[in-house]
Amino acid sequence: MTNGEVLIRVEGLEKHFKGGAIKALNGVDAEVHKGEVVVVIGPSGSGKSTFLRCLNLLEVPTGGHIFFEGTDITNPKININIHRQKMGMVFQHFNLFPHMTVLGNMTIAPIKLLKQSKADAEAKAMKLLERVNLADRAQAYPNQLSGGQKQRIAIVRALCMEPDVMLFDEPTSALDPEMVGEVLEVMKQLAATGMTMVVVTHEMGFAREVGDRVLFMDGGLLVEQGGPEEIFGSPKSERLQAFLSKML
Amino acid sequence: MVLLATWLANIQSQFILCFIQDDRWKRYILKGLGNTIKMAVFAVIIGIIIGIIVAIVRSTHDKTADTAHKGFGRAILNIVNGICHVYLTIVRGTPVIVQIMIYYYLIFASSNNGVLVGIIAFGINSGAYVAEIFRAGIMSIDQGQFEAGRSLGFNYVQTMRHIIVPQAFKNVLPALGNEFIVLLKETSVAGYVAVMDLTKGAYIIVGRTYTAFMPLIGAALIYLVIVMFLEWLFHKLERRLRNDER
Repeated sequence: MTNGEVLIRVEGLEKHFKGGAIKALNGVDAEVHKGEVVVVIGPSGSGKSTFLRCLNLLEVPTGGHIFFEGTDITNPKININIHRQKMGMVFQHFNLFPHMTVLGNMTIAPIKLLKQSKADAEAKAMKLLERVNLADRAQAYPNQLSGGQKQRIAIVRALCMEPDVMLFDEPTSALDPEMVGEVLEVMKQLAATGMTMVVVTHEMGFAREVGDRVLFMDGGLLVEQGGPEEIFGSPKSERLQAFLSKML
Repeated sequence: MVLLATWLANIQSQFILCFIQDDRWKRYILKGLGNTIKMAVFAVIIGIIIGIIVAIVRSTHDKTADTAHKGFGRAILNIVNGICHVYLTIVRGTPVIVQIMIYYYLIFASSNNGVLVGIIAFGINSGAYVAEIFRAGIMSIDQGQFEAGRSLGFNYVQTMRHIIVPQAFKNVLPALGNEFIVLLKETSVAGYVAVMDLTKGAYIIVGRTYTAFMPLIGAALIYLVIVMFLEWLFHKLERRLRNDER
């Protein structure tokens, strides 16, 4: 799996907040290959969410470069909006648009940005809704849905743009425990279709089972990376050993 | 019985004196009401246009303070934001009566069109309050909504238009309705610059007839009816927008 072509290459990524007072990322180098599921783990405050949010420039890095499909997207001259269309993102707090129906949430971007017809966009959205067993909720508004349903909708909303990579920022952290499973199930299905995914999570079981490669971050640095067996079976660094002993 | 009859007769003669005689209802009340409505409607339109522009400038400046690339665009935004800030401070820091007199006697001293001066003065004044209402609305929307829009590939303006503003508008509707009501009543100070609005019209009748009761209560009732109509209208609009979600 890791032999595929490089989709995202991160070089010396730095992100400092408040003029350098807070150093969230201190020079991270990483690669994401096509078709790969990369899981990012680490203690809170380790910079893993900031790392993910830098990948589509929701956070503008203060140093380093990010190459997405060969283009340096940290270059201020490029039009980031074009590249973001190819990078789906799922948030911890779902961030569905409350003033639109489920179908409206899913079709607004394809209609406005990809210039799809309303009928085409809705037909595609309905297919995706069937895949996550929510076709009957197409006309519902987000506040009529449970947390797990909201997050499944958020995932298919991003998929409607037919992205080349999906970024997940702690997608199950805001869910009630009994709803975590249904969201992870959808993510597993998605991984099985060959979608490239970068997942920041605290779900070690998911990392182990679905991850092709696991990145462990701490203190704004990429401390250790490898296959899930290496990371969970024989962690090398002390910090990872300490982290895992608290988690498992 | 007799007392009631004389009281009623008295009311009737006062009514005839104040409104019917010399066509006063038409010359003062109706014409005054026309000017009041003209000023209020056009001032609301100017206020909304100014308000939206200033609110978007101010919230864009605040939202992008630490994410934007430093450059020429940022410098322009800083300057425009500064101008907006000065505008808000001056307009909100001085009484509207003083403002309208400054426009009439100083800035537009060569013009005798009091209604037009009134429209400009009330419009510019209202714009400051509408701007702050809209800005509060925009800032009240969770940052996650903005990020979700941007992550789908919408640019800043598209995100504002399709995602932020529709939600913000719904949230600020009650405050906006209140601002319109205040504005309508505020036009009653236009009499200071020789505009015959509803209040001034009623006041002229008081002077002509030496009776205060009928003209003043009459004017008050007319304001009240218009305000009640506005309240009803906004209530209906609010309910309609809220219904969408449930």
